[in-house]
Amino acid sequence: MVDLWQGLSQAFWLVVTLDAELAEIALRSLQVTFTALALGCLIAMPLAALLAVRRFRWRRTVIAVLNALMGLPPVVVGLVVYVLLSRSGPLGVLGLLFTPTAMIIAQMIVIVPLMASIAHQSLRDLWAEYHDLLISMNVTQSQKIKTLLWDARRALLTAALAGFGRGIGEVGAIMIVGGNIDHVTRVLTTAIALETGKGEFALALALGFVLIALTILVNLLIHWLGQTEREGRW
Amino acid sequence: MSTLFPLRVRGAGTRRRGKQLVGPINMTWDGGGTRVVLGPNGSGKTTLLRLLHGIARLHDGEVIWASGTKAAQNAQAFVFQRPVMLRRSVVENLMYPLRLRSVSTGQARQKAEDWAVKVGLADHIDRSAPVLSGGEQQKLAIARALIGEPELVFLDEPTASLDGRATREIEAILNDAVASGTRVIIATHDMGQARRLAKDVVFLLHGRVHEESPADTFFDAPQTPEARAFLNGDIVE
Ligand SMILES: Nc1ncnc2c1ncn2[C@@H]1O[C@H](COP(=O)(O)OP(=O)(O)OP(=O)(O)O)[C@@H](O)[C@H]1O
Ligand SMILES: [Mg+2]
Repeated sequence: MVDLWQGLSQAFWLVVTLDAELAEIALRSLQVTFTALALGCLIAMPLAALLAVRRFRWRRTVIAVLNALMGLPPVVVGLVVYVLLSRSGPLGVLGLLFTPTAMIIAQMIVIVPLMASIAHQSLRDLWAEYHDLLISMNVTQSQKIKTLLWDARRALLTAALAGFGRGIGEVGAIMIVGGNIDHVTRVLTTAIALETGKGEFALALALGFVLIALTILVNLLIHWLGQTEREGRW
Repeated sequence: MSTLFPLRVRGAGTRRRGKQLVGPINMTWDGGGTRVVLGPNGSGKTTLLRLLHGIARLHDGEVIWASGTKAAQNAQAFVFQRPVMLRRSVVENLMYPLRLRSVSTGQARQKAEDWAVKVGLADHIDRSAPVLSGGEQQKLAIARALIGEPELVFLDEPTASLDGRATREIEAILNDAVASGTRVIIATHDMGQARRLAKDVVFLLHGRVHEESPADTFFDAPQTPEARAFLNGDIVE
């Protein structure tokens, strides 16, 4: 219990004094996850829409695989990305290992299946609703996808938030590919792991509280942005 | 003026898991005036309209539009028995078909607002379409179908959920559309409406065209005992 209180008060002081190191790793956390989120959405959302509107041979298989990948263990993702990016690996020449870019790649792999699966469910329902109308209007494939993505934007926001939550709290993958290097690849979660390992429980807890606060803040912000339309049943 | 007609339907039919839903259907239509499709529940009215429009699978026979199938569908609009509302505002629903054809946003919006006024939805223009009442949704669906000035509009019981006044308003709008060259094919259970609108009638029974005749003939001297029973409101076997 003492540690918990110490952690809280330390978190409080770290925040009010705008601790430089804390600010740095918190910002890096946000930067890595938001980049992974933005790039991940560009892949996940159109993929989800395509899976909803298009009938092709391996559609069911792709969906099943995507659903299964939602539970992909991040450590394993980290390991695979590590092997690919390591100097002797196929992408070794890029020299990306132990950089924030590597962390972004790993996080994308972790969150894309999650976001695509959630998005696909709502897009599929919406497509069932719209199917007859859009077929009747002779819309092209890309118009279909645009229409679905736009009209399901609230549900997509929820999918994105789920991706953000998973990304920002993720430690296994980015620890491996980022290496938790001070001033380079250290983020909130890896710092927490490090401080815990060193027995600095209060500091670890303080970082943990900051992480939770950040997550809540971002969620509230995005929800508030999504509420800007006055009326809506969707 | 219309390039769609004559329409020739030869032995057209559709099945679902081996069960014949409608067909074989044989009919022709020169597109002169409004055609009303009548028949008891489950007789195949909806399926026939979908078949003609090309959104139900044609398993047997052919549906031949003078313009060819692809061009035909582009020149047509369909109002569904249960209106499909895009999850957008009323005005955006109306703009949608125009924007598909790359009409500029400004022009589309102007036209959409005009149509909202025409169908009595002017006060609801910025409301989201899915929260409108059933009748309001139906009016919106009709306006959205007509806004692109289709050569032919399919209407599947468009006024089933409307009150008397709204029904008359919709009929007036349809008459305007007809006057400006749009052809209408409408399925309805409202005999008054059928009499008011029809130039000719197709009477369906068990998925087949049971009678096809000019409106006067059909209503005043139906050719078959089934049509007579239907008009009398009796049970049709
Ligand atoms: N997708 C479907 N699957 C199975 N059966 C269907 C399907 N669509 C229609 N049917 C059947 O085909 C027949 C004709 O249906 P349809 O909807 O065309 O009738 P309708 O004349 O429009 O009836 P209503 O007046 O009730 O609207 C009905 O027996 C119906 O159950
Ligand atoms: Mg019907």
